[in-house]
Formats: sequence, C-alpha cells, structure tokens
Amino acid sequence: MAEVKKYEEPRIGVFVCHCGTNIAGSIDIKAVMEYASTLPNVVIADDYQYMCSTPGQNKIGEAIEEQKLTGVVVAACSPRLHEPTFRAATKEGGLNPFRFEMANIREQNSWVHMHQPEEATDKAKDAVRIAVAKASLLEDLIPKSVPVERAAMVVGGGVGGMQAALDLASAGIKTYLVEKEPSIGGKMSQLDKTFPTLDCSQCILTPKMVDVYRHENIELLTYTEVEAVEGYIGNFDVTLRKKARGVMTPDEATERGIIGGGCNGCGDCEDVCPVIRPNPFELGMSPMKAIYIYHAQVSPLIYTIDFDSCVKCGLCVDVCGDKKAIELDAQDTFETVKVGTIVLATGYDIFPVEEKHEWGYKNYDNVITSLEFERLICASGPTGGHLIRPSDGATPKKVGFVLCAGSRDNTGVGKPYCSRFCCMYSLKHAHQIIEKIPGAVPYIFYMDIRSFGKMYEEFYYRIQDEGAKFIRGRVANIQEDPVTKNLHINTEDTLLGRPIDVEVDMVVLAAAVQPAAETEATRRLFGVSCSQDGWLLEAHPKLNPCGTTTAGVYLAGVCQGPKDIPDTVAQAEGAASAASIPIHRGEVELEPYFAVCIEDICAGCGMCINLCPYQALALVEKDGRTVMQVTEAKCKGCGTCGGFCPGGAIRMQHFTTPQIVAQIDAFLLGGEQ
Amino acid sequence: MHSCLEVNSKMADENWKPKIIAIICNWCSYAGADLAGSARTQYPTDIRAIRVMCTGRVDPLFIMKAFQDGADGVLISGCHFGDCHYLEGNYKAAKRMFLLKSVLKNIGLDDKRLRMTFVSASEGAKWATVMEDVVNTVTELGPSPLNEFAR
Repeated sequence: MAEVKKYEEPRIGVFVCHCGTNIAGSIDIKAVMEYASTLPNVVIADDYQYMCSTPGQNKIGEAIEEQKLTGVVVAACSPRLHEPTFRAATKEGGLNPFRFEMANIREQNSWVHMHQPEEATDKAKDAVRIAVAKASLLEDLIPKSVPVERAAMVVGGGVGGMQAALDLASAGIKTYLVEKEPSIGGKMSQLDKTFPTLDCSQCILTPKMVDVYRHENIELLTYTEVEAVEGYIGNFDVTLRKKARGVMTPDEATERGIIGGGCNGCGDCEDVCPVIRPNPFELGMSPMKAIYIYHAQVSPLIYTIDFDSCVKCGLCVDVCGDKKAIELDAQDTFETVKVGTIVLATGYDIFPVEEKHEWGYKNYDNVITSLEFERLICASGPTGGHLIRPSDGATPKKVGFVLCAGSRDNTGVGKPYCSRFCCMYSLKHAHQIIEKIPGAVPYIFYMDIRSFGKMYEEFYYRIQDEGAKFIRGRVANIQEDPVTKNLHINTEDTLLGRPIDVEVDMVVLAAAVQPAAETEATRRLFGVSCSQDGWLLEAHPKLNPCGTTTAGVYLAGVCQGPKDIPDTVAQAEGAASAASIPIHRGEVELEPYFAVCIEDICAGCGMCINLCPYQALALVEKDGRTVMQVTEAKCKGCGTCGGFCPGGAIRMQHFTTPQIVAQIDAFLLGGEQ
Repeated sequence: MHSCLEVNSKMADENWKPKIIAIICNWCSYAGADLAGSARTQYPTDIRAIRVMCTGRVDPLFIMKAFQDGADGVLISGCHFGDCHYLEGNYKAAKRMFLLKSVLKNIGLDDKRLRMTFVSASEGAKWATVMEDVVNTVTELGPSPLNEFAR
C-alpha cells in the first residue's frame, strides 16, 4: 500500500467553471468565487472559462503545488461527467485523486434555473460550501486492483451477439455465446433480403453462423438462459440454465461413451414424429414437429424436443437407432462459468400490433405484419417465396404498406419512439413485390420517410421511380370487404388535404419494435438500468453508447434502442472492443469505496451481516472479541451496512458519516444565515 | 393532520423560502436529476442535493441531524424497487423511512416533511415534478417548528 500522507490543517482550492455561458449565463461566477474565498479552509478561489480544458486543469495542478492544497473543489458540471477528469488532474498535481470533490452547478443548477439568476447563484454558493465541507474531510484512498478473468460472455446470438462474440474470440479471448433459442441467427435469419443493397439475408448471415460455430475460442451455448449473475468486473460468476434439449450432440454422446453417436441432423426423427404444431420461426405459417429444427441452416445442426408438446411416444428414439441421440427424460442442467466482461445483445420483439384494433390485425385475414411478409416473400419460407393472400391463396396485386404501425404513437397503445428501420424495409418490400409480381402496385402510407443511412435516400428515389405509390397520412382505420376479403384503407392524404379510401388486396403493417420479453429479467440479473421505453440504458448516450453503469457489462444492438443491421454490427464491434480492454489489461481498478470496520467500537452484534447483498461481511474473532470483517473484493460500496450500524462502527470510505454530516451542517448551519 | 407545534409555527412571512435537503443515490436519482438538466427542465431552486452511492447509505441519524439543523424538509430519492444498482439498498432505505416517519410524528413534526421518492436515470421529467411537489408540500407546511424553538 502506498504511503498515506498526513496533513495538519485542511487547505482547499475552489475552481469555478463558466462552461462558456452554460453556467455563467445564469450564475454570477464572480460572486460564487468571491464567496468561496470567504469559506473556512479555502486558501484559493479561482475561475476559468472551461475548467476541463488543459489550461483549466493546469490551474488545479499549479494551485496544489503553490498553495500546498489538501483538497480540491471544482464547481462545474455533473461529477457523473467530469469527476474522472478532475480526479486525474488532482492526481497529476501530486495529490491523492480522492481528495477531489465536485459541486454540480450546471446539470442541477444553471440548466434547471435558467431564468432565476439570483436564486441560482445562491444555490451555487451553497453547493460550493457543501463541497468544501466534504473536501476538508476527504482522505487519501488507494484503489484496489483485481485480476480480470480471461474470458467473456455474450448474451444473445443474433447478428449483434454473433459479431461481438467473433470479435472477442478473434482477439484471443475465450467467449461464451449464450442463446435462448436452439439456433443462433436471431431476427436476421428470418429476413429475406436486406436494404438497401438487397443482399440475401441468409446468404450473408449463414457464413457468420458457421464461423461462430467453428471458432476455437467460442463456446456456443444454445437453448441456454442466464439464471444468476454474481461478482463484479473481471470476476463475474454467471450461472446458466441449459434447457433440456432431449437430443445429445456428438460430443455429449461421446462423453457418455456412445462412440459415433449423437445427433447428426439427419432428420429421421422429425419424419416419424406424430405431433404437429405451428412453427414459431415461420410465425405459425407452417407446421413443425415436436422434435424440430427451425430451418435448414440452423447452427448448431442439432434437433431439439419441445417437451411441452412431445407425447413421449418413443418413435424418434427407435428411428435414431444406434446414434442414441435422443433422451426423452432429459432435465435442465446448470453450469456456472467465470468471465471477466459481458456483452448483452438481447434484441427485440415485434410490438403486438393487434392491440391497435383499428387496423384489424388477427381479425382480418389479409392484414399481416412485415415479419410475416418477410417469411412469405422468402424462397425458403412457407410458400416458397410466393406472396399469397392468407384468405384465399391468391396473388395480391395491390398491397398497402402501413408505416409507423405502433411507432411514433402517443395514444398510449403504441410506442412513442421511431422504430427506425421500418421505412427502409417497407421500401424494400415495395421493391420486392414490383420485382416478383408483374403489375403489382405497392401503396405506402407514411407519416415521414426516414431514409437516413448510407445509400438509403438513393434507394428511396429508386423505389419511387419503380412506381410505388406514396400516400402521406397516418392510417385511421382499415375495413374488410366481407365478400372479397379486400381491405379499405381509410386515411387523410395530408398532401392533398382530403380523406381517401384505397381498396387493396392485402395490407402489411410495419409493426413497431419493443424490447425482447426477457429484457426486463435479464437487465435485473446484470444490474443494468433501462430507459423510459424499456430499452437498456447506455452509460452515456453520446460518449459511451456501448457501456452501462455496471462496470464490465456492455450493450450491443437493438436491446439498447432500435437500429438496423449495419448499426447493430457496428455497435457490436464497439462493445466487443470495450469488453476486451479490461481483459487485455489483465487487471481493473475498483473504486475504493468499500466498508471498513472500526474494530474498537464494533460490538460484534452482526446486524450488518444480513444487510449486505453481497455476503461481503462476516463476524470473526479478533483479540478475544467478536468483530465484523469486510472482504474488500466482494464489497461494492453501497453503504447499506454503514447506514444501519447501530454503533456507527462502519466507515464507508469516501462517504463517511463525518463527511456526510459535514455536508448537511454546511448547508443548514453554514453560510449567510 | 398537523400537530399543535406545526399549527403554531405557521408564519405570515411571504418571502420565506423553505430549506430542503435531498440525499440522492448516484445511479438513479442523481442521473435522473442530471437528465432534467440536459433537457433544461425548469424547477424550483430551493432544494440542495447531496450525493451518496445508494440510499441504503442513508443513516436515519442523517435525517434527524438535518431536522435538528433546521431543515424544513428532507427528500431521500433512489432507484425504483428492483432497479437498485446494489440490488436492495433502496428497500432497506425505504424500511427506515417508515420508522423515521413514525418518530417524526411522535416528536411533533409533520411526517410529510420527510419524503422518499424513486426516480430512475431516465426520468428527468419526473425529477422536476418531484422537486416541485416537495417544495410545494414543505412551503405549505411552513417553517420547521424546530426553528421556532431555536429562536
């Protein structure tokens, strides 16, 4: 442990930031600075246009040296933004970085009291006084370094999760890729073509799926869910539930001594299985057996038994023969793996658009969703790529596309946000029907066409030229002709300024997206916050879009917010890079906020032991007395024990009782009474 | 329902501004308050915030000390239940609030002077609403009767 300096009297320097006019626009900086110089222990008060700039930071270092400061206060923006910056500057100046305290006079003052300069200035003075009081009692703290497990986990095996896993694994890191479904591939494997290049989705995805399956550093765990998470950055213990698949892989068979056995994907079992149920991969539009693979390109190519519908007749066991791959009495198994960092790529679900009754989805046969359209237009889909009307199997000639179906919807039933990729895939759908069905006319009902990406706007022009009809207006309702099963789309054409009624053969709803159903449970397991609309919350929307507030947990893809495939892959690569940094460094510094037992006054009552959510505290015998002992590596510094200890025997570093009481006193007793 | 102390303490001073202290957690409410700032959502100026890592850190004695020091109101704000960065610190804090509220009533302080709220990192607008609501509630109650004693 480094030497801890001792100081006689606190000597505090206060630096007030103008932040251009962000702060100075509503707070009298000079008044705050002059007031600061009158406060107890303050030996220098200064101001600067931008404290976070190099000259601003240099002021701190110079003052530490010239004034022999024992503590530094910067009154500027939020500590959540620039505390690390000024801690580094404090350290640079030769002081322990934890002798820095920040007064937030921007996010929680100048920006929220823009029209009350006097009150805002008073509040800023109070904030500085409170910060000085704490800074006067700050102590040297030494961050603890812990080793980082040389392994990573990616949760979710869609295109984002696969890319993150491939990048991590290719960087030489053992990577566990966890996917709840029997195959990786995610939503992208259900798509037919991708915009604007019209690449075949499966053609560009399956090579990646094979790469993931073959990669020596990737351990692919399909049909597996996260059950529990313990630990912290560098040392996560993740317990996985391997759901009973009922079919052994060749490796599992070998482990059990069945040489040459295990599933080889021949599909004989599927042929004999008597149970027929809807295939969820085809959105229920084609049948599937109780023992199944979703489609021909699944990875890994291993069958799975759906035990909810399996009647355990045993026909599959007989036909599987000597391979002995099938075990009808399989149970879920659990495995705990240790990883250093984690990438969440849990993706999205389609908003249940039937909740918007006015469009008649699930009520009218010929109203389908875009994802159903993708399957119907896909050559490997249930109709072999022939778009048909569900009501009569006829080929539709006039197809209506309803955009923002549940997106940009503030009625309370839909989603207020833009789902971002619906405009573009609907343009692609329009192109596909023009290409595949001679004489077909797509009618696109839109509010705005958002074609923001590279070559997207050009694609929009192309579809216009190909003859798609664009009608600007939110669709009020859709009515079915009970005889022909045709649909009447009623809306106001806002460019013509009059109501219109368009009769079409089929309607495709570009349904909004929403966080995957398991997102809520998953984020709680990993301690990640969510935005108001349920998407996982990034650490900073602009400067840390892949990180979360839980160190060591990163985000990739739509789980963080709607984005198309290029953006998902880009974020996945970013998340993988971020997740690989601690692993390559080999160790991480933990903030030294852990609890410390003041053994002289600890009565050994043990009240704190059960309060700790991390089992970091224990009672031990020391010099004939029972006292509490903290395991520093387990303690995360919440202070729940310190907030309760009846004897005040727990010192929460950096948030000690004297420091907090000094802050309370400084506000209520100090200052201009 | 006000105690006798509370009723007597009402002052007619129209310029009176309440002194309210907020102790808020780093991960949810502090971030929510920052978000209100980024969005430039305006709210009353009367509250001063102290940041702790978790509301679980809030010792009931901090709150009693604040009232003893003359605070007219105290706000504790943390993460929503189930959202705590430290799993359950906010539950522990909330339990202590019930205890404290009954103590406050017993010593003649209106327990509405102490408030616990749950504001997440994405609820900037809610933070502003909480600020307004707490300031209105405490302004309505008037100065803390403990200040009258001190006088």
